[in-house]
Amino acid sequence: MRVALFLTCVNDTLYPDTGRAVVKLLTRLGVEVDFPMSQTCCGQAHYNTGYRHEAEPLARHFSDVFGEYEAIVTPSGSCGAMVRELYPRMGGRARSEGRGDTLARVLAPVADRTYELTEFLVDVLGVTDVGASYPHTVTYHPTCHGLRGLGLGDRPRRLLEAVKGLELVELPGAEECCGFGGTFALKNSDVSAAMGTDKVRNAESTGAEVLCAADNSCLMHIGGTMTRLAVGMRPVHIAEILASTETRAETAA
Amino acid sequence: MSGTFIGMPVFPPPTHPAFPKAAREAVRNPTLRGNLRHATHTIRAKRAKAVAELSDWDRLREAGRLIKDHTLRHLERHLLRLEESVTAAGGTVHWAADADEANRIVAGLVKATGESEVVKVKSMATQEIGLNEALEAEGIRAYETDLAELIVQLGKDRPSHILVPAIHRNRGEIRDIFREEMGRWGRPAPEGLTDTPAELAEAARLHLREKFLRAKVGISGANFMVAETGTLVVVESEGNGRMCLTLPETLISVVGIEKVVPTWRDLEVFLQTLPRSSTAERMNPYTSMWTGTTDEDGPSAFHLVLLDNGRTDTLADQVGRQALRCIRCSACLNVCPVYERAGGHAYGSVYPGPIGAILSPQLRGTESEIDASLPYASSLCGACYEVCPVAIDIPEVLVHLRERVVEGGVTVRQGNKVVLKPAKGHAAERAAMRAARWTFSHPGALRTGQRLASRTRRLQPRTLPGPGKAWSGTRDLPAVPAEPFRDWWQRTHGGKDGAE
Repeated sequence: MRVALFLTCVNDTLYPDTGRAVVKLLTRLGVEVDFPMSQTCCGQAHYNTGYRHEAEPLARHFSDVFGEYEAIVTPSGSCGAMVRELYPRMGGRARSEGRGDTLARVLAPVADRTYELTEFLVDVLGVTDVGASYPHTVTYHPTCHGLRGLGLGDRPRRLLEAVKGLELVELPGAEECCGFGGTFALKNSDVSAAMGTDKVRNAESTGAEVLCAADNSCLMHIGGTMTRLAVGMRPVHIAEILASTETRAETAA
Repeated sequence: MSGTFIGMPVFPPPTHPAFPKAAREAVRNPTLRGNLRHATHTIRAKRAKAVAELSDWDRLREAGRLIKDHTLRHLERHLLRLEESVTAAGGTVHWAADADEANRIVAGLVKATGESEVVKVKSMATQEIGLNEALEAEGIRAYETDLAELIVQLGKDRPSHILVPAIHRNRGEIRDIFREEMGRWGRPAPEGLTDTPAELAEAARLHLREKFLRAKVGISGANFMVAETGTLVVVESEGNGRMCLTLPETLISVVGIEKVVPTWRDLEVFLQTLPRSSTAERMNPYTSMWTGTTDEDGPSAFHLVLLDNGRTDTLADQVGRQALRCIRCSACLNVCPVYERAGGHAYGSVYPGPIGAILSPQLRGTESEIDASLPYASSLCGACYEVCPVAIDIPEVLVHLRERVVEGGVTVRQGNKVVLKPAKGHAAERAAMRAARWTFSHPGALRTGQRLASRTRRLQPRTLPGPGKAWSGTRDLPAVPAEPFRDWWQRTHGGKDGAE
């Protein structure tokens, strides 16, 4: 099977390790990965801040880049939700504004074929044990757009539970937003920071070494709060855990 | 506004600061945050349990959504039918286009009775129009009889929650308010009043009983109005509502036009979903229904004031109109992480929380600073949509209203189509969004930018200037990697073997 990796602009620029982990993981599972070099950004920040008309050309560009692929996989719940849930809505809005069906027609195929990584693993490949090994205590934060936007449910947890050596501990208030919310973190920084602090304090109370999530944007906010509060935890993207073959001996060495 | 503050501020508050500034105070007030956190988490957990008891919750939710949408689509027809039924049952219907007109009608009706005091059932609509202040200006004193509303009124405070207006107060604060203020309004608090809930409730009961037995005019809102029979419905927990609805000689109900439902049978859905969503109860302790007037039972005069006040304009908006489905259960407030930290006052509206953030800028317009900031008072986490018993997609409307703020566009105000200009203060953001869009439309430019960021990564500051300061004040920035992914990909020839 051949898939296109939609890495997202944030991961491409700031978290290349996550991209490398996705490639390693999917390759290990026998999936041929292509990274279309002309990909950029899904337009979520534009759309969610109120600049729908700026987001439209980016959605069209996305469709130009990814339109030919059978499956598009992304390690981001929020960018995945943008393509799958909000692209059709943008198409519908264009129609209701009397601009015809073109946008809807252009965006429908990419919306239908986009999968968030854990969804792709569990639903399309049908695996929960991806052959990973990660001897650490991990707590899992289900990000809002993954949880409520895409309805990822317990897929990430099932994947994590199958990882050798990994001890999964419950995060209190797991389903509460970490306070990132894209431009919300800038526009309402006080509230955002208060939410982030509560999330970090809850994570800290688990005693886990690692806080794991399926979205680096949320992890950027949580991780930035963790270092500022000098909490001895690491934020790690789920792809990096699922790609890992680390064993206890390596840790000791 | 009158010199004596007797309840809620005039709506809308024209100089209310924007949400981020108003929220800052609450975020830094540990008592307030503690009170809010405790209350919202308690009711949130109870609601989840009460909802889980019903196996057909999803179907009830969908039914509620459909009934409301259908009613809104044919609103005029149902309202005319309601008017007919209420009139046939001995009531009088008045139509009010805006707050001023509604206040004028109510003040006129009260004056016609010769009374200068009224008792009130807690009502969002009368808060929305600032009725208490309007009555005070006419020499009429309005007494709130809902316990939480009484606390707010006595405390010269503002409500901060739809269902529990005094949610931001703890027991000690309430005891102090009762001790200091009750005497000025009527029966004083008993000597040695403590902060135990039973004593506080008893003090309120004794204080209010005097009011109920004396009042000749009652003012209420309504949760529902049934078009086919002309029946109004109030659901409540304390019984004060029933006293106000049955003891006075004249009853005046001020109700938003969106509260109509076509038939009696439609109540079946909402009387299940409303109490579970709001107080986490299977059924409201008091469900009062009245139809016009009846000889020798209850009020002998009944007036219904149907309030528009921006609702018809809201209805004209295809995306935003779903806000009118709201049954004021406040489930969205109790689950909202932003409300929990910012408190209700930050929203500058009688409708706080997620529903307030989409309702107020539609009812009042997005022109004021507070109304332009409300659509951004959310991280779009979606928890509000998930709990809404009539499935209002609040995040969708928030984003839609953000668009109205930054891009302007056509909307309807007082029945006329108007073209809104983009709100002030977004020029830099708009320029940044356009620049980002340009970069993202040119992959080569994106790559150049990424490489520049990587090359200068050791020079980058830990804190940012300008709008970025808001980020780096409380959070560290991520370190820029030595090589963006796409360069690695190209270097490893597509990385088809996953080699690193």
